[in-house]
Amino acid sequence: MSVAAPGEGARAAAVRDGLGVGVAVGVSGLAFGAAAVTAGLTVAQACALSLLAFTGASQFALAGVIGGGGGLVAGSLGAVLLGGRNALYGMRLARTLGVRGWRRLATAHVVIDETTAVATAQHGRAAARTGFYTTAVSLYLAWNLTTLLGAAGTARLGDPDAVGLDVLGPAAFLALLWPRLTGEKGAGKVAVAAAVIAVAATPVLPPGVPVMLAAVAALPALLARRAAP
Amino acid sequence: MSVWIAVIATGLGCYALKLGGLVTPQRMLDDPRVRRFTELVPVALLTALIAVQALADGKSLEFDAARMAGLGAAVVALLLRAPFLVVLVVAAGVAAGLRLLGQ
Repeated sequence: MSVAAPGEGARAAAVRDGLGVGVAVGVSGLAFGAAAVTAGLTVAQACALSLLAFTGASQFALAGVIGGGGGLVAGSLGAVLLGGRNALYGMRLARTLGVRGWRRLATAHVVIDETTAVATAQHGRAAARTGFYTTAVSLYLAWNLTTLLGAAGTARLGDPDAVGLDVLGPAAFLALLWPRLTGEKGAGKVAVAAAVIAVAATPVLPPGVPVMLAAVAALPALLARRAAP
Repeated sequence: MSVWIAVIATGLGCYALKLGGLVTPQRMLDDPRVRRFTELVPVALLTALIAVQALADGKSLEFDAARMAGLGAAVVALLLRAPFLVVLVVAAGVAAGLRLLGQ
């Protein structure tokens, strides 16, 4: 076994994580494509949504509202609100990524759950950037390709849940968060509080809002006294 | 409003939020407490997302035994230090297997 420089090893791990997430979560695009067409969107509309919105939860939300016969204005607003957490991710990632100009405009499009999860799971800034962009490219390609396949092949595709596709998303996030939950002081408490808040709020608030609300679980960090040097 | 307008409006709105976070002035992050907060926000949001994806269907809470078993299997795989893709295959495999048996 060859001995790689520490930075090399960290970046190789970041590439592995990024490709793994990109492919595994990207396959869920099958489920989105199928759900969108079942809800009444055309294949072109389903693909446009994946290309333009590129944030799974918002896309499922809009398709769900259209399928349920809900209002399009309310449906779009709800879907955008659901993407609100991407703004919080951007604040966290801005310094790590350090992009300006057109690069920032392009990078913004891929600031989502998966890229943030992979980037923040890496050690060091270079590895975080490598993980972020590897996830972004592989997931964008996989997500849009599988949206097309799922949308065009709805009739032939069985129930995606039957092969356990609905477990892939939460399992992937859990695996990425795992080292922080078990190794970082305070992170476990924040995670438990966030899960309780989101689940408790689910029956009473519109879909998407409970997850945003769970950000208050991180607030004690703001109110704490300055940590001793 | 046609579905096309809804699709494009949703795409634009989602992009605006993503960009908004990236262009937030970094001076706001100079305070270590704010930095600690932004470090923990992804932990809070992603855990909330896991919980909601696992336990909710729209606004109603549901307990899907196969899904929970799949996630339980993922936790066991993580405790055994299984690689990332193995965790995903085990989780989806257990959920799919239980559903197949339940039919």
